[in-house]
Amino acid sequence: MADELTTPDLTADDVRHIAALTRLGLTDNEVEAMRGQLSSILKVFESLQQVDTEGVEPTGHTTEVRTVLREDEAAESLPREGILKNAPDSEAGYVKVRPVLG
Amino acid sequence: MVNSGSDLTGLTAHEAQELLASGKVSSVELTEAVLARVDEVEPQINSYITVTRAEALAAATRADEARSAGNVEGPLSGIPVMVKDNLSTEGVPTTAGSKILLGYTPPYDAHVVSQLRSGGAVIIGKGNLDEFAMGSSTEHSAFGETHNPWDTDRVPGGSSGGPAAGVAASECFISLGSDTGGSIRQPAALCGIVGMKPTYGLVSRYGLIAFGSSLDQIGPFSRDVRDTADTLSVISGHDRRDSTSINAPGQDFSSALTGDISGMRLGVPREYLVDGMEPGVKATFEKSLETLEGLGATLEEVSLPLTDQALAVYYIIAPSEASANLARFDGFKYGNAVNDVPTAWDVMDQTREQGFGPEVKRRILIGAYALSAGYYDAYYKKAQQVRTLIIREFAETFEKFDALVTPTSPTVAFKAGDRMDDPVAMYLSDVCTIPVNIAGLPAISVPGGMSEDLPVGLQFIGPQLGDGTVLRVAHAYEQATEWHGLKPAI
Repeated sequence: MADELTTPDLTADDVRHIAALTRLGLTDNEVEAMRGQLSSILKVFESLQQVDTEGVEPTGHTTEVRTVLREDEAAESLPREGILKNAPDSEAGYVKVRPVLG
Repeated sequence: MVNSGSDLTGLTAHEAQELLASGKVSSVELTEAVLARVDEVEPQINSYITVTRAEALAAATRADEARSAGNVEGPLSGIPVMVKDNLSTEGVPTTAGSKILLGYTPPYDAHVVSQLRSGGAVIIGKGNLDEFAMGSSTEHSAFGETHNPWDTDRVPGGSSGGPAAGVAASECFISLGSDTGGSIRQPAALCGIVGMKPTYGLVSRYGLIAFGSSLDQIGPFSRDVRDTADTLSVISGHDRRDSTSINAPGQDFSSALTGDISGMRLGVPREYLVDGMEPGVKATFEKSLETLEGLGATLEEVSLPLTDQALAVYYIIAPSEASANLARFDGFKYGNAVNDVPTAWDVMDQTREQGFGPEVKRRILIGAYALSAGYYDAYYKKAQQVRTLIIREFAETFEKFDALVTPTSPTVAFKAGDRMDDPVAMYLSDVCTIPVNIAGLPAISVPGGMSEDLPVGLQFIGPQLGDGTVLRVAHAYEQATEWHGLKPAI
């Protein structure tokens, strides 16, 4: 039954690869702990392969509400000051970030 | 004054409202009594991250003034309320239980917070939670764990452990939580109070810090079902700022509380009596079924075979949505950033490394893995397909039944630390509550008995938009039993 998905035991490189995809720094100790824990969580998912889903539409969310449109009316936005106050760094009314090209 | 402070804080909100209406007590007196109670028990409970003392007293003064001017705004007017700290509050720090949001102060109110304010409620403070609402014990908060008022060596459940423990310990009359896989109902059960997850879309999520957007729903905690119905009436209704908000007029849910459930058809899904359910919980549940039969309901066992797949579906979909939602915490726009590093990439890596706790990191990684190239079809798409089948299975079941009745949690409150090193054991805490979120259904947990001197919850599940039905059956059950009147000794 589980031919489609044999649950791999993740390697440390797998964990580092996913962490890089999500821009999440991890220490070596964290990589090792996550490797074991993530592998055991993935094993929980194996049971899904027993369910026949041939031709079944996926569900994204549960209400009948779809593509809500509204009138294009101008309205007040949140105050710039309240937004910038929360930014770690700002200058001249903009959020300031470190260089993208290092 | 007719009551001492400690008597006042243990009332239900509707009892307190009667005292306010008769002029026997003012909102300021009620608020002062609650704040004194908070000072007394917080060292043992830690249900609040932030207490907004001055703002609360100002709101109470306004509520008293409105009342003397003849403008009572509704059932929560002048009533002290706590909101979970993943609900945005203008001008009051909102942390989601995470270090990464230290220093963040929202410039706007969540929709439900606006609804509370315009209903005259007095917001006392922000409730503790597992970081970003990810957890079942409130041990994953960056602001210390919350303790169960029935036994402070035990967890209150989670992720809304602060709002649940706060109501149970009389540190507020009502609170609001969020429920993605059981985060209102499971802590309500473990703390011996009422907690409800409404139908998905009934309550606007605007201003709720998102975890799993297709599963998240905001709902109330209270000491009886009437207070939950009244609170739901205040916070529900269409809001165009949430594109999944159901476009229907507001309702008065208290009208559902007829006290009569004779002839109601209740299904008892056998898959919810899981392996590992404690014998005391099972025995308590069976007694509750007898009570419901005594009230004239028809009970019948039913099978929902896909229940066994719900946990796997949930732990793919929720982390996948979370890994996308939490991408916004990049160290640029808000919160606690590591900024003294060479490049923007380093800011992201290190802000997230230092700001997120281990459970949040686990879920981001699981979600990113399930969505990544080569695994998307096997995990994420498969889970969404099984989700469709679970929705169908519920829909077919509700052709025969008005509501389903199950235990809320397979165990009573567990000891702090017991499940912290075993994520899968922690995830099993929500095995009876998760299917409801997958299908977007309404469900409520009410006090359903005691086992080992700890509360046991009873869950009622309704069809989509059957919120009134679950309130009605929960209320009838509650009124026929004594459990909701029990309070912890603290």
